[in-house]
Amino acid sequence: MQDATATVRARLMTWAARLREPFATKARRRRMLTAYTFMLPSLVVLAVFMFYPLVRAAWLSLTNYAFFGSSHFIGLGNYVQLVHDPQFWGDLVNTVYYAGVTTPVSVALALALALLLNRQRLPGRGILRAAIFVPAVVSLAVAAIPFRLMFTPSIGFATFWLARLGIHTSDWLTSQTLAMPAVIIVGIWKNVGFYMVIYIAGLQTIPREFYEAATIDGASPWARFRRITLPLLSNTTMFVTIIAAIASFQAFDQIFVMTGGGPAFSTETLVMLIYREGFSNFQMGYASAIGYVLLLIILVLSLLQMRFFNRRIVRY
Amino acid sequence: MLQSPAAPEQSRRLAVLPGLPRRASRRPRRSFTAVFGTGWALAVGIAAALVVIFPLVWMLATSLKPEAQIITAHPGLFPTQITWSNYAQAWTAIDFPRLLLNTTIFAGGVTVLSLTFDSLTAYALARLDFPGKNVMFVLILITLMLPFQVNLVPLFLELTSFHWINTYQGLILPRATNAFGIFFLRQFFLSIPKEVEDAARIDGASDFKIYRKIILPMSFPAVLTLGLFHFMYNWNDLLWPLIVSTSSSMYTLSSGLALFLGSHVILYGLVMAGSVMAIVPMVVAFVLVQRRFVESIATSGLR
Repeated sequence: MQDATATVRARLMTWAARLREPFATKARRRRMLTAYTFMLPSLVVLAVFMFYPLVRAAWLSLTNYAFFGSSHFIGLGNYVQLVHDPQFWGDLVNTVYYAGVTTPVSVALALALALLLNRQRLPGRGILRAAIFVPAVVSLAVAAIPFRLMFTPSIGFATFWLARLGIHTSDWLTSQTLAMPAVIIVGIWKNVGFYMVIYIAGLQTIPREFYEAATIDGASPWARFRRITLPLLSNTTMFVTIIAAIASFQAFDQIFVMTGGGPAFSTETLVMLIYREGFSNFQMGYASAIGYVLLLIILVLSLLQMRFFNRRIVRY
Repeated sequence: MLQSPAAPEQSRRLAVLPGLPRRASRRPRRSFTAVFGTGWALAVGIAAALVVIFPLVWMLATSLKPEAQIITAHPGLFPTQITWSNYAQAWTAIDFPRLLLNTTIFAGGVTVLSLTFDSLTAYALARLDFPGKNVMFVLILITLMLPFQVNLVPLFLELTSFHWINTYQGLILPRATNAFGIFFLRQFFLSIPKEVEDAARIDGASDFKIYRKIILPMSFPAVLTLGLFHFMYNWNDLLWPLIVSTSSSMYTLSSGLALFLGSHVILYGLVMAGSVMAIVPMVVAFVLVQRRFVESIATSGLR
């Protein structure tokens, strides 16, 4: 008994000593003061506009706060309501549909374009790369405006020429089956050039000798791609896939402009649901709960990315 | 492992062929296929580039058409007569100068503040040694993993209680530091050798002086790149200004145009002209710094 108390006391003493250590000498105190002074502006901003809202969102998600009117603690009520809310499940399915198509198609197209535009003797490849990259620098919300008009039948360029080619489509944006593909196309259009550039950087890290050796050995282009390019690009592919997935789970801009989540909520994503519940219906507690579901999804994807980053250095 | 039917055959070829002597006769045929392949690649590349920029070209072409040429049963791509009246109308109808001013102050303010705060923090994390450094770094890394949409509601309530809705500080200050920016600059600052500051230290220069006179100038390319990203990201953003700006005098280009489209009987030419004016600054900036921009994404692999 006596011994146990002594051990605890000894441990507390070492902890206290360790805590006091940074403050022990004047030089150390000054060093710490300097460092935290440097970080002060960022830390204040992060505390006030990041961590405090995060905690407040967690608290809000446990209340029935509705902006106008009183607020009551309802425990996990919002989360229980979510589980039984067909709207939430519908929007979750929409989000997964959007991400599930946008992510692999963007990545595959980006890889194909990178392979195409990484050829040594291709004339004008810089201009072609730049042209394909342009959507990455323009506002998705603004770029979605011409897309919306292109899909509008009364002036619709796309619908008119498709009809000329014998493909008769209805109004894409008011069709429950075609509206989602339309916003997916715009999502892919926006990011494919960006991912392509990352892929080109990945391609340039592969030593040319590998290809030369394989060519001498008579490997076909497909074999070279399958046995050299693809395995050596696996890190890049993983990175691009995860950032593409994270971006597509947060889809909002072009959907807001093109369909507003309609028709009949067929293009409403989780972020749009947060926006609608929080800022149209003012169900802010409920919106916060949906926010935390989104946070969970993104967190899992980010942790996958982190894990991968730590194993990133694959050398051949 | 899943393999296409052709794959085992190819791996056999790969396995067998290393022992074989090199066949000189293959060379001419390869150069023919190389030429042929380049032509083919060029055609596909041009086609892809045209598809990608087509919506933007169409937007530009439509903005120059009179309304009667836009709403027609036979829409052509190019205007048969060019009119600038859409631009003149858009300029006043959506109060374009105001949107441009708001967007510039918002994106510019965030960029300046965030570059300052991010670089100060990055300096401490990269070049100073102090207790709690790892905790701070991990804390900042964690914020990188959080979707900002989770904070929309509490931030709106917070700004409401500060009476900061529809103000520039409400738009700018919550974005005045950026975890990605801190991380990005920290990596760059770490790569600067310790020796460069030794002479200054011996002369008794303070940390702030070393940061200001040595580290920042040496990191100019990284700071510029990050500045471009901050500026572009905020210039283009929709959701955040949508939440903070509820009055039309505080809209940004993205939110102003998006809401204009939602609330009016659409004059297509006018909307297209407004859209062109909204994206032209970014496209021009991109063309000017294109090489650096693409390279820096390639080397840092970001966002």
